[in-house]
Amino acid sequence: MDPHPEERLAELLALLPPAPQGWVEAAQELPLARPGLDRLVARAEADARFRELLIADLEAAFAQEGVEADAATVEAIRRRLSLP
Amino acid sequence: MSVVSDPELVARCRAGDPDAWRELVERYSRYVYAITQAFRLPSHDAEDVFQDTFTRAYERLHTLRDDDALRPWLASLTRRLCIDRLRASAREQPLEDPEAEGEDRIEELTDAFAVHAALAELPEHCREILDRFFARDESYRTIADALDLPSGTIASRISRCLARLREHFAEENDPDPRLEV
Repeated sequence: MDPHPEERLAELLALLPPAPQGWVEAAQELPLARPGLDRLVARAEADARFRELLIADLEAAFAQEGVEADAATVEAIRRRLSLP
Repeated sequence: MSVVSDPELVARCRAGDPDAWRELVERYSRYVYAITQAFRLPSHDAEDVFQDTFTRAYERLHTLRDDDALRPWLASLTRRLCIDRLRASAREQPLEDPEAEGEDRIEELTDAFAVHAALAELPEHCREILDRFFARDESYRTIADALDLPSGTIASRISRCLARLREHFAEENDPDPRLEV
């Protein structure tokens, strides 16, 4: 065993800083929300009235589909529908 | 401290347990992030690769043949996506050779992952102080304020916890020649 392995352990600890919190939260939530998001996007693309309602009140539309309206999921649907 | 094994976590994810999926992402987020950094991707590309890696992992978890091989499977997914991204951007502007650099770095990151896994099994006070000092690069003062400790004790606590990590790591790995400097 190396006489100073603690230095090496310290170097290895430093190689894995935390990923940005927003990235981690999105990776945790988006795959779980994907089926609900797909349904929302499909309806919004097929039904202009629903799209307007969705834009007006994202949270209500999410609740209707059983999708949790966390920041990452809201951002994802904004991107997919090209919303501002 | 008892940590859920990868095969158990994978089985729970396949059974549709959302908390297991969140734990899997938490466990591997640093590793996947570090691979994207090793390939020197611009931040927006690194974020896309990070998200794509976990989205694909979620969708393809049923294709993982050996549940003990979750880490190398995720590394392979991330590596492939990084290389695709680099090659796409190389069509627009020639780059040096970040592909080779990234490949070289993955082995070292795998050693780092093993050390972090050992860290996860230490008592909370050691996990916290070592992570803050080495991985988060926080100063003694910041750590002392966050943990409500006298700043003069931080160095000795770090030293004691590092020794403890060394003992624990040696027991688990008995001894790992890759740790030799």
